[in-house]
Amino acid sequence: MSVLTDSYTAQIPNILEVECDNAKIIHNLIKVVHFNDVATVFLSEHGVKVTVEESKCIQANVFLQSSLFQEFHLVEDTAFCISLGVWLDCLSIFGGGKDSGRTTLKMSYKGMGYPLELVVEDNGIVTDCAIQTLEPDTCLDFNFSSANVVNKIIIQSECLKDFFSEFDPSSEVVEFFLSPDAPYFRMTTFGNAGRIDTEIPKKSDIIETFECTSTQTSRYRLALLKPCIKPLMISTKTSIRTDSRGFISLQFLIRNSDSQISFVEFYCAPDEEIQE
Amino acid sequence: MRFRGKMVDFNCIQHFAKLMLSVSKLAKTCVMRLSESKLYLVLSDRVSSSGTAIWCEIPQVNLFDEYAMDGVSPEANEIYLELTSDLVSSAVRSLLSGPGLSAKNCKLKLTKKQTPCLTFDIELPSLTNQSRHIVHDVPVAVIPRRLWVDFTEPDSPQFHATCYLPPLKTLQGVLDKMKNISSYLILELNRRGDMNLRMETDSVVIVTHFRHLDIPTWNEAPGGLCSPDRDDAEFASAKVDIRKVLHFLTSQQLNPMKVVCNIVEDKLIHFFLIHQDMTLQYFLPAVVS
Repeated sequence: MSVLTDSYTAQIPNILEVECDNAKIIHNLIKVVHFNDVATVFLSEHGVKVTVEESKCIQANVFLQSSLFQEFHLVEDTAFCISLGVWLDCLSIFGGGKDSGRTTLKMSYKGMGYPLELVVEDNGIVTDCAIQTLEPDTCLDFNFSSANVVNKIIIQSECLKDFFSEFDPSSEVVEFFLSPDAPYFRMTTFGNAGRIDTEIPKKSDIIETFECTSTQTSRYRLALLKPCIKPLMISTKTSIRTDSRGFISLQFLIRNSDSQISFVEFYCAPDEEIQE
Repeated sequence: MRFRGKMVDFNCIQHFAKLMLSVSKLAKTCVMRLSESKLYLVLSDRVSSSGTAIWCEIPQVNLFDEYAMDGVSPEANEIYLELTSDLVSSAVRSLLSGPGLSAKNCKLKLTKKQTPCLTFDIELPSLTNQSRHIVHDVPVAVIPRRLWVDFTEPDSPQFHATCYLPPLKTLQGVLDKMKNISSYLILELNRRGDMNLRMETDSVVIVTHFRHLDIPTWNEAPGGLCSPDRDDAEFASAKVDIRKVLHFLTSQQLNPMKVVCNIVEDKLIHFFLIHQDMTLQYFLPAVVS
């Protein structure tokens, strides 16, 4: 399929073969987790999961479900590491803001030690890429299961975007307060301007679901939450869940230009210093 | 030595201004050569830019309504002037604007102020009966005759393959993305109009393929094909600095009708921009790998 492989390598069968008629969707989803360059890519029958971590405290996962692709063939589950910067550059090679023509994408992978091969086509012009892959890193398991969820809120991203981008940058942490009782949901920063609270009552229009079982206060380093902003910006709804350990899970629902839905999930460990 | 020219046509003035701007973006200085019949712009940073060269020529009748010159001597009836790009751009910016607001005419004159100058005397539209002028004195260095040999037209090389480039906008877009991956680009071209832009680094190999590009006929591509027995499908390649190619493409303020690309394997890439009334050539030597 690709002109880059020699005739010997071409005989080795592909483990993964996918086709997508709109490379931009894939590009835009992967872009929002590009806060570190090296990502671990997991391939399964469900689709492609791209995982990025930082400081052993946060993990972001973007799910490119198999239904996003017009063709999705996978022989066996596997994983590899790849440079996101290079992958994104290849996906957007026909860049340009305007969608004058659709850029189609084919990706294939032969297994450990082989590159991820891309064929990107726009208007008759074809670009072949072969991106080196590395052995997959072990990723953190945040052990976040639905069973341990203490508090859960589903909120419209429209307003949450504003709150997150306006967090006082001089504050080291953001404190999340969730409770079945008033004030229900509060985010607080402690910066040079003093204490700034943002409270959202459970009856508010922007809260779609409010399932809080007990009062919880947890703090997270603001610097670690920053990577959330990108997926938050393009999402329509966000689910915020905390578990008994104070770990937070943010799930962003993103509506693609094709009106398909994709998810980006974000886990963060609480700041150890203060636990009130 | 004297020179006097006057441009009155709106299109000619815009064309001249955009040409000077394009050329100014490419080097700090440029040489303007005036002959009886033509105006030439020559950039040859042979020392600093590792051999890149630009050669542009326009018949003076395509620009000027009035044109008079006396060169160094009757046998050598030409004038060679070295211009500083920044100063020229400032002067020609006074010429650029939409119809209605643009310069009514522009006179160019070789004058002697404290140093020799190329004086731009620009008449702008005015709301009153009195005319409004802006005058730029651009200091120039007159190049003595013994150095003229440095500014002759570079020989059109015999090349291995040729083609018309795909739309510059598309090419620019792709090159812009590829420059993030590596500084060096391998351009491959065969005689069937197939072009590949290739980059190879430790982490990625990326090739963009253009197929079925138009091929200029012999008349339009000077120099001529060498090794006529070569297989049409065989690619000739040359490795060049991608930033130089991008810089050249993005500096063009005028849209050429066609751009010819000639390649001399491992040695040179030659871009030949064909505009309605002038030609501009860019010689880019290959990087030794």
